[in-house]
Amino acid sequence: MRARVLIRPKAGILDPQGIAVERALPALGFGGVSNVHVGRLVELDVEDAGQLDDMCRKLLANPLIEDYEIVR
Amino acid sequence: MKFGVVRFPGSCDDVDAQLAASRVGEAVLLWHADRDLQGVDAVVVPGGFSYGDYLRVGAIARFAPVMEEVIEFARAGGPVLGICNGFQVLCEAGLLPGALLPNVGLRFLCRQVDVDVEGECAFTHGLVGERLSIPVKHTTGRYYAPDPDRVRVVLRYAPGENPNGSLNDIAGVCNEAGNVMGLMPHPEHAVDELVGGSADGLKLFASAAAVLSHA
Repeated sequence: MRARVLIRPKAGILDPQGIAVERALPALGFGGVSNVHVGRLVELDVEDAGQLDDMCRKLLANPLIEDYEIVR
Repeated sequence: MKFGVVRFPGSCDDVDAQLAASRVGEAVLLWHADRDLQGVDAVVVPGGFSYGDYLRVGAIARFAPVMEEVIEFARAGGPVLGICNGFQVLCEAGLLPGALLPNVGLRFLCRQVDVDVEGECAFTHGLVGERLSIPVKHTTGRYYAPDPDRVRVVLRYAPGENPNGSLNDIAGVCNEAGNVMGLMPHPEHAVDELVGGSADGLKLFASAAAVLSHA
């Protein structure tokens, strides 16, 4: 099956990429933008979806600094 | 005294680390795919971009065959020094607490910094209280730990010197036992005043040699 894993910087940890994007948008005339965060998307085909959580904890994300969400 | 310097695909400071270590002892390279540590007394995990740093810095190198041996060596008390990318790898491997995040300014930094030695470990023996001049060069060097009070800090950027937004100005940490140390600055690039402007980095390698000779 096809799965998607969304990986985000943990809440409360400074996210300079998000801040950079948030500052760039008004410069292009887009107002009213806040709380921008930049993360990562991993798409994968897996035979055993039950392994996804383990994969996330051991490799795809670093749970110390990132939250992950598995989308099936 | 024999140092082993790990070489991953994408390592780029392995040769400088080998040169630095060879100033205080013998130094050999340890290929990432080999499980043989060649009987070394201390291991250096050098800087660079191991396995392209794909996914996340240090994330893939941690699973290299040589790292299984390095982890076992570290758990048995063997001295292990992780420099820059090596620090990132040791954090990912769980040998050191915390993680390294992108610099607060998002830019690659390359400059000489002053760091204060605050804690004693295998690589800072007798150096506590000294200020060292060592270069940093990285994009992902902002140290973070969820519980910084429990981290054993061995190096801190001198006041006003924090280049990357590291929590509490932390530049280097060690494990509970004090045999594993990681730092973002590059001591291997500061071993000769003629080319580095400072030879302070050599002191970390000399510390390991001194500790082992008294063991």
